[in-house]
Amino acid sequence: MSKVVVLGAGISGHTAALYLKKGLGKNHEVIVVSPNSNYQWVPSNIWVGVGLMEPNQVKFKLEPVYRRKGIVFKQALAKAIRPEGDSTSEKGFVEIEYVDEARRGQTEKVDYDFLVNATGPTLNFKATPGLGPDLYSNSVCTYDHAWHAWQNLKVAFEKMEAGVHQTFLIGTGHAMATCQGAAFEYALNIAFEVNKRGLHKFADIIWISNEYELGDFGMGGAYVKRGGYVTPTKVFTESILAEYGIRWIKRAGVYKVEPGKAYYELLDGTYHEQTFDFSMLIPGFAGAQIKAFNKKGEDITSTVFAANGMMKVDADYTPKPYEQWKSSDWPEIYQSPAYDNLYASGIAFAPPHGMSKPMESPNGTKIFPTPPRTGMPSGVIGKVVAQNVIHRIKTGRKDHPHKASMVRMGAACIVSAGYGFTKGQAATMTVSPIVPDWEKYPKYGRDIDKTVGVIGLAGHWMKLFMHYMFLYKAKAKFGWSLIPE
Amino acid sequence: MASIHERLKNEPYSEYSFATRPTNATLFWRRCIIKQIYLFFALNLKIMRIVVGGHS
Ligand SMILES: Cc1cc2nc3c(=O)[nH]c(=O)nc-3n(C[C@H](O)[C@H](O)[C@H](O)COP(=O)(O)OP(=O)(O)OC[C@H]3O[C@@H](n4cnc5c(N)ncnc54)[C@H](O)[C@@H]3O)c2cc1C
Repeated sequence: MSKVVVLGAGISGHTAALYLKKGLGKNHEVIVVSPNSNYQWVPSNIWVGVGLMEPNQVKFKLEPVYRRKGIVFKQALAKAIRPEGDSTSEKGFVEIEYVDEARRGQTEKVDYDFLVNATGPTLNFKATPGLGPDLYSNSVCTYDHAWHAWQNLKVAFEKMEAGVHQTFLIGTGHAMATCQGAAFEYALNIAFEVNKRGLHKFADIIWISNEYELGDFGMGGAYVKRGGYVTPTKVFTESILAEYGIRWIKRAGVYKVEPGKAYYELLDGTYHEQTFDFSMLIPGFAGAQIKAFNKKGEDITSTVFAANGMMKVDADYTPKPYEQWKSSDWPEIYQSPAYDNLYASGIAFAPPHGMSKPMESPNGTKIFPTPPRTGMPSGVIGKVVAQNVIHRIKTGRKDHPHKASMVRMGAACIVSAGYGFTKGQAATMTVSPIVPDWEKYPKYGRDIDKTVGVIGLAGHWMKLFMHYMFLYKAKAKFGWSLIPE
Repeated sequence: MASIHERLKNEPYSEYSFATRPTNATLFWRRCIIKQIYLFFALNLKIMRIVVGGHS
């Protein structure tokens, strides 16, 4: 019997765990270690943040699903990996610390034959002094944060209803933050709700971003066919911001937040301040900060993980300038080069480099987005890692027949721009491949026929449809595996 | 009181004033139920093809 341990029950880890159990059946053990007792459909947190959904609508308890499927669930945090075991054990194991009521603080060694690290991002609020829901800005990265943001947004709406002007600052809260798409959606949804309430005269909504040009979204922007032209996503993005009455500050690295004030440096090296009544700023992301030790107990964290805490996989991490970035730098099977039974999926894997061109201010501050890994690739990678582990267990072979490189994979992102069955709107964006491949597509970096940017009511229906469809899939209900990631 | 939107839209040389704006026809088609039902299926199909085709 083989034992597969999955760390993290987010989009990637949960997908991996369900496929692992489906493929391995009762003869093998699948264990999930994750600190949150709930699964959350993160993309719908945007609607929680504007009060259109309650946290209960975007989450559900994991334990009953895992019990039904025969997956062991440990509500705990992974603290360290010992891929070679220790003096008492030949087998690799993970040191975990329980966080549930009954066993809080208790530790355990969970041994494994295969380990999948899908621990996602650590929201690195500390990298920007004053940032975060515990201090002076809001976040929508989790359902708790989003609900808290809505409580504060409600107050701003009430003030506007009483005739008091409010400034909203939405965007990236660190010079190298990613996840622009989520913040962008939130800005559009706030503007939509402001307009719906007839309060636009009292609102100044500002989009602040570390992108060189709007529409970069951490993927170096894209080109879309529109109105008889091939246009950059800059046009698309500026157009929708202007339409919604949102002005913007770009090339900005936020470095400090105080009550009602954000400090930022622009790429030209100048320093500025922006006051606000309400802000939602996405933090920088780091890995889960899990340690790694060899058999002798020596710290091998820097062998297994990159400096940002994300796990090194089959990518080419040789530092190189933008001009020398190649599609072959990106991983295909997400296997650790140090230990062949160790995999990382979703945001937990360390990308070889960015997708957006690195930019630096005259003061030496790097101001550009790090690469995003959205829900779709995170789910697909989770599935492919599971398929390869199943293959290895069932055949005893070491090859990897399943591959999912972000240089070949496409992605779709539906950017909600307002909620309502007949009045709602969203921007549907597809890109293929996710990472621009300038060798294969020298003109636009991607397959222009697969790259789409369409705004309309259909996008809102799709976003809503995906909310219900992906929660259904995550609950592992009848036919779940037929629904694509 | 004019909104920020109105003020900036009319402020020459503000970056905001250079942004492309949708025409009334564009706004109409974005809400036209028949076109949007078609797009709902067409875009879903496109996304499905991208997801399924991108990995092996
Ligand atoms: C507000 C918002 C909106 C978004 N909207 C979209 C969208 O519309 N479309 C889209 O494609 N993508 C969207 N994304 C991005 C998408 O949510 C992420 O790509 C996706 O969640 C990444 O999946 P993951 O499994 O890698 O990480 P996560 O979903 O973050 O999961 C990580 C898991 O690991 C657990 N964990 C953390 N530390 C440990 C540890 N030490 N030990 C064990 N477990 C641990 C966490 O509790 C969690 O369960 C959005 C993101 C945000 C924040």
